[in-house]
Amino acid sequence: MTGKLTHAEPGTASPPARPRTGVPVRMLAGVLARRGVQAVSVALLVSVLCFVITLRLPGDAAYRIAAGRYGSDLVDSESAAAVRTELGLDRPAWVQLGDWLGSLVQLDLGRSLVTSRPVAQEVAFYLVGTLQLATAALVVAVVLGTGLGVAAARRPGGLVDRLVAVWVASVRAVPPFLLGLLLVVVVSAQLGLLPAVGHGTAASLVLPVTTLGAGLSGLVAGVTRDTVVEVHRSEWVRFARTKGLSERWVVLRHVVRNAAVVLVPYLGVQAVVLVEGVVVVESLFSWQGLGHALVHATFWRDVPVLQATALVLALLVVTVNTVVDLAGVWLDPRPRGAGVAS
Amino acid sequence: MHRRTAVAALAASLALTTGACAATDQRTAAPTTLRVAGPFEVHSLEPAADGELFTRLEVTETLVTSDVRGQLSPGLARDWRPSSDRTQWTFDLVEGATFHDGTPVTGEVVAVSLERAAQEPASPLADLDVEGVDSAGQAVTVRLAAPALTLPAVLTHYSTAVLAPGSYGTDGRVRSVIGTGPYAIDEIALPSRVSTTRAKQWRGKAPAVESVQFQAVGRAETRALMAVSGQADVVFGLEPAGRSRVDAADSVRMESSLQPRTLMLKLNADHPALADVRVRRALSLALDRPAMAQAVLREQDLAATQLLPPSLEAWHSTEVAPLRHDVQEARAQLAAAGWAPGADGVVRKDGTKLELTLLTYPDRPELPALATAIQAELAKVGVAVRVDVTNSSEIPAGQKDGSLEMALVAKHFALVSDPLVDIAAVFAPGGSDWGVMNWQDDDMDQAVKALLTGTSEQRGAQARETIVETAQAELPLVPVAWYRMNAAVSDRVDGFVMDPLETTWRISGTSWAR
Repeated sequence: MTGKLTHAEPGTASPPARPRTGVPVRMLAGVLARRGVQAVSVALLVSVLCFVITLRLPGDAAYRIAAGRYGSDLVDSESAAAVRTELGLDRPAWVQLGDWLGSLVQLDLGRSLVTSRPVAQEVAFYLVGTLQLATAALVVAVVLGTGLGVAAARRPGGLVDRLVAVWVASVRAVPPFLLGLLLVVVVSAQLGLLPAVGHGTAASLVLPVTTLGAGLSGLVAGVTRDTVVEVHRSEWVRFARTKGLSERWVVLRHVVRNAAVVLVPYLGVQAVVLVEGVVVVESLFSWQGLGHALVHATFWRDVPVLQATALVLALLVVTVNTVVDLAGVWLDPRPRGAGVAS
Repeated sequence: MHRRTAVAALAASLALTTGACAATDQRTAAPTTLRVAGPFEVHSLEPAADGELFTRLEVTETLVTSDVRGQLSPGLARDWRPSSDRTQWTFDLVEGATFHDGTPVTGEVVAVSLERAAQEPASPLADLDVEGVDSAGQAVTVRLAAPALTLPAVLTHYSTAVLAPGSYGTDGRVRSVIGTGPYAIDEIALPSRVSTTRAKQWRGKAPAVESVQFQAVGRAETRALMAVSGQADVVFGLEPAGRSRVDAADSVRMESSLQPRTLMLKLNADHPALADVRVRRALSLALDRPAMAQAVLREQDLAATQLLPPSLEAWHSTEVAPLRHDVQEARAQLAAAGWAPGADGVVRKDGTKLELTLLTYPDRPELPALATAIQAELAKVGVAVRVDVTNSSEIPAGQKDGSLEMALVAKHFALVSDPLVDIAAVFAPGGSDWGVMNWQDDDMDQAVKALLTGTSEQRGAQARETIVETAQAELPLVPVAWYRMNAAVSDRVDGFVMDPLETTWRISGTSWAR
């Protein structure tokens, strides 16, 4: 079971959110501008960091790239020397970094050092794979998690609540790798219902999505349950009931909206963790995603692919945060920060 | 909330049913597609990079190929002959061969592929110093700077596969794999999926299997489950645990063949301790190879008794005394070399402990496990070993800068079908990336030289005996185990043959079981 939430209780700090149609334009513009600046600085920072870290890694990059290209049977000093000459790896590091940043400004991500294919093409392919997996898993987690959480919150301490607590504890306790393997053994190998591996078909998506979604649904259920219970107990919900609103309207207009203010940022964090945490599940199900690309690129010192993958991941985090901010502004349009003071 | 839950349940069950249908379709339909799974990802279409997959899938062909016994046999060339000084080799191409796009195979086209391979530093052809490739009609002549008897064997290597002119993009890179084999590419989804169908242009007998789908699967556990659940017909690269699973399952069997690959310790003969042959012998005597082979490879018979496995008949000596396990003798050899045990059990000489770093790489799952077994065995005779599992390229890099002390490698001795090419590289005077390090022996050099320049059959046999005996006595490389290549094969498939050199998977020779 997840611990008590540490956020400020929505009901105690301020009155319940009033349903409003308009969202201040200044607030929206503020969010977008802030996130825009963040995106650019994150891009710069991530690229330079990636480059520096790769430089500091042990091992000779030319040998690593040659091993990536030709495999362990054919990598030798000659192939490494040829790679070094071809890619200009003996140029000073700052020249290489400058080259990359120069190309980046022109929106050119370059070519992979190992496969010689355009990086943009490679990363786009893996990004689609990861997004498919992460989005589907998030949908499963939200549907399953909020459903269970709301059901559990109806009667705290009741049978449903306790059953949900068992579910939350079990899916949190089983690591994704084990859960995935169990699913493959049971659903794929024993029952023969679904293919164990594959990429791109609906059938091959089910098992990895279930693995990720089920694991995440536990957390979502826990947070939903706690939040809904708290909102239910709040004074303004009690007031809404007292003033004669039907239970249906209380839930829709007060509980759901106020619970969402807590849940949406939380889901944002989960989405980010999900994107970064699919590596194990991707490898288990041979699903081609960014995790796969990142592991290979690091192992092979494929710096352009590594930089581009990290860049995409970083920008993805910024995008998710922007979406969460905008959703927050829409859900809870009360002015904050400087706006409150003025 | 009820409605929402209902919608979710419906969506989930829909997804499950679609998936289930797709999976059942594959099982019940009359077999047309052979599904192959293995750990081999395809990241590049260049023949020198991941080209082995396309020769294995019988999409591309080389001029010369090898049969299941490793003997040279005709590929795209029906015949070949050297000039009297062996610096020029002429290959006559088979008649009537066409690429999958309909273009005829001519000497001119073949020359382009060979010249590309000769420029590719990773290709064994680049080691032969090719001066040029000439074509005249249906013949090509390879001109070499120095005589080489091994050229036909080198031309069995996948990096020399012949591609159609239409395979190359305007930038000279390979854009599509258009070969001449019995199967043509249907679709390539890099890095994990390749599907092929029978090529209409194929000059030989039409294969029984209509189409093939190859899927790269990174994890050995997943591959084993695919084999036992019938989701793949041929599965390569199973770990010992996966093999026992397959052995226990119905409707799938294990096929295997001894590969000309040896798992061995590469020692730096310039290292203060390892320069002494008695220390090298002590390391060898300390290893309980049958126990290690049983524990790690699940097959005691894979314990190496000499450098090359019995499957390489010409290079496996029946005369030489087999390597043995004798801890007492190992300690005695160390003592004779001046290494005496200290209070902590680690041997010392002039106050210095005998501590060595053992590099290995995870490309083959057996290597890290075997490295820790070696660490444990050597600890018993007082040699402290630190195991470092890293990238395979650290070994050639460590050879180059001299920092390497000891490495556990899986060396293939027939990357081209004649082991002489790899033997000559492994024992190159002074050392080579995947061979000896800072070690040289005049008898060895002369024997290798005699074989490379050509000699009578009897003297050739003598030279090979010298090579095997010198390697066994001097132990610049300590053989640990031989290697068995295995595959799980479904009972739906008849006629599967495991090629020990893995030049091709011989799918065109298989058929569906009745």
